[in-house]
Amino acid sequence: MVRHLRLGAIVTAGVVVLAGCGGVGADSGQTALTTMGFGTGDEIATTRVALADKAVAPFPVKIGGSAFDAQQFLSAVASHTAPDVIYLDRQLIGTYAARGTLEPLENCIAGQHIDMDQYRPAAVAEVTLNGKVYGLPESYDNRVLVVNNGAVRSVGLRPSDINPADRTALSRVTATLTEHASDGDVSRIGFDPKMPEFFPLWAKASGVQMLSDDGLRANLDDPRLVKVLEYTVGLIDQQGGWGSVKAFRDSFDFFGAKNPLMRDQLAAYPVDDWYLNVLGNVSPNVDMTVMPFTDTAGKPVDWATGSTWAIPAGSRHKDQACTWIKTMTDAPTWIAAAKVRAAKRRAQGKVFTGVFTGNKVADKTIFSDLVKLADKPAFDTAVRTVLEVQDSAFSMPASPAGSEFKSAWQDAVNRVLSGQQKPTEALAQAQQEAQLAIDNAVRRQ
Amino acid sequence: MSTVLPEQGSRIRSWVTGFRRRETLAAYGFLSPWIIGFLVFMAAPMIASLVLSLTDYDALRPANFVGMSNYQQLLLDPKVRVSLANTLIYTVMMVPGTMVIALALALLLAKVGRRSVGFFRTVFYLPVVTPKVAVGVLFLLLFNGQVGLINSALSLVGIHGPQWSTDPLWVKPGLVLMHLWAVGGTVVIYLAALKNVPRDLYEAATIDGASAWQRFRRVTLPMISGALFFTFIVETIAGLQTFDEAYAAFYGSAASATYSSDAALFYLIYLFQQAFQFLHLGYASAMAWLLFIVIIVITAIQVRLSRRFVYYEGR
Repeated sequence: MVRHLRLGAIVTAGVVVLAGCGGVGADSGQTALTTMGFGTGDEIATTRVALADKAVAPFPVKIGGSAFDAQQFLSAVASHTAPDVIYLDRQLIGTYAARGTLEPLENCIAGQHIDMDQYRPAAVAEVTLNGKVYGLPESYDNRVLVVNNGAVRSVGLRPSDINPADRTALSRVTATLTEHASDGDVSRIGFDPKMPEFFPLWAKASGVQMLSDDGLRANLDDPRLVKVLEYTVGLIDQQGGWGSVKAFRDSFDFFGAKNPLMRDQLAAYPVDDWYLNVLGNVSPNVDMTVMPFTDTAGKPVDWATGSTWAIPAGSRHKDQACTWIKTMTDAPTWIAAAKVRAAKRRAQGKVFTGVFTGNKVADKTIFSDLVKLADKPAFDTAVRTVLEVQDSAFSMPASPAGSEFKSAWQDAVNRVLSGQQKPTEALAQAQQEAQLAIDNAVRRQ
Repeated sequence: MSTVLPEQGSRIRSWVTGFRRRETLAAYGFLSPWIIGFLVFMAAPMIASLVLSLTDYDALRPANFVGMSNYQQLLLDPKVRVSLANTLIYTVMMVPGTMVIALALALLLAKVGRRSVGFFRTVFYLPVVTPKVAVGVLFLLLFNGQVGLINSALSLVGIHGPQWSTDPLWVKPGLVLMHLWAVGGTVVIYLAALKNVPRDLYEAATIDGASAWQRFRRVTLPMISGALFFTFIVETIAGLQTFDEAYAAFYGSAASATYSSDAALFYLIYLFQQAFQFLHLGYASAMAWLLFIVIIVITAIQVRLSRRFVYYEGR
């Protein structure tokens, strides 16, 4: 019967952790500035960290690597060993800010004269809750449309025929581009709508705002959103269904020289802009066309997301933390890091496609002075396209239940993709879950 | 009552006076590491979680007493129903599957020579020590509907395999198959039980003209029914608490969580999400207690039924 007690393990773990036995990520002696959620995996990170460390020197800095882990952060906060700085998805800011876990940055911004105009407005909006800024934006991930020119031309089409503005034509083109092997398995995805992750992009392109500007009203059961979901899932169904498409997609080597564009496994799809950097690194001669994703009127639409730096309320070195995150996101820091990467790429004989940051001042210098792509017209067009669409970017408003909201719509889309629910039913459930979570979060604020 | 109370009093007195004996104190001294461990790491957290289940608590702010509302919410939450159903279905498939496969392997092992037994026992046990997270990741590679090893093997015999990792109908059977890879622990238990079956019972049955199947049905099964019952209970509890493989395969990273289908949403995964993704530790505690009750009820039924089927020598 002692075995029964095993089921208390998860609660045990949680409570033990909360009791302070598992404090991690912070220096209990508080003799150094500690960070959580950021890894120094490449030259962009190491260069910037070196400059930020210099800005707070001689105060030592301890970098807590890897991705942000909510459980690890909770443990640290509960055991009063909160890190001084955290690095996380901007969409999570509302969840933690609403609980008083994060320090509003008004004093930091005013005290250290941080120019908030240098950051992209959509990114700042994403880290602003109830009029208070809780983070300094880091990256700025945009979505654009990539077309595999070879695949499109092989069926007698032109890249411009991939047109999200004309949904009927897009369905027709998708059917033309999709290929199946003799056993019925998908051998080329004609058009991947990138569901569920790009659902907000499709929604905005169809004139639907999934969450109110104040982050307090979910709009997931909007009949127009149901239509969007029906359409995008229909695109997948006509290519063989979610099971086949997803299984095929899981077999792709996205980050290698044998990526789906080079192997002709994918004809067209919307992507995050950072993937252009991957292609520039592994497939500098890829034959592709990059275009803006558009709404049904043909107007560019860009959903911007990214990460941010924030200071936990429990930080014991708020001044140093402020200086450090200010330096990390400052234009000169980004430019210095971009120079290092550009030199490295040049030495390797590879393409440097720039760094898309949340700092528009930095981007201006990086893309005018450092990015030279005259000999790589495909990447030159790609980069210009990303820079153009940035002006039309929207972001998901910060919400006190941002994490639950995201989970609600993602789960709904997945239920429809896997055939477990119809779009109307799935989105109605998502609306109920999301609004309940928001209401509960507001009630406790 | 008048006869019971003095008896209880004498028992208590005897228990108290027992502490005066050195060997009693020594016994408790030796037991103390376990007792302290149990109190600190089991009993206290369980009591704490029971209290937390009556609160709205996010670990970041003080708990707010909400009475039974977390338990009421459990009844209304569709994902609790889905995750509980997934967990029960998985358990119903996994437990008999594990027991049958493990028993078959143990019977084979019992027939091979003493030297070979050690080798095969080790081989069968190796997957048990493989980290479950690795097993979860391996699942996605082996069970990919298009390029996975399982479907490639099936195609050799003309079978177009299902989409194990994406079709909601096949996700749980796939995970059960993956779990069967690690039946080594159960095999070892059954092998030990088989070795303890007296040989003379088989000889007597053979003399009486019993066939191989009759010897298995009438001698082997009753004689190892204690081991079978033990694994039945343990595997049922493990099934109801399944987490690692499914979490690693479908929720372990931001990318995999994006595509996770409700078909792989097991109860403990949902509990974990509520606690550490959404910071609803009070609600998660209520979920833990619901699972505790479910396991208690199922185990009680199993124990009750076992009286009919389990044979204990000497009773």
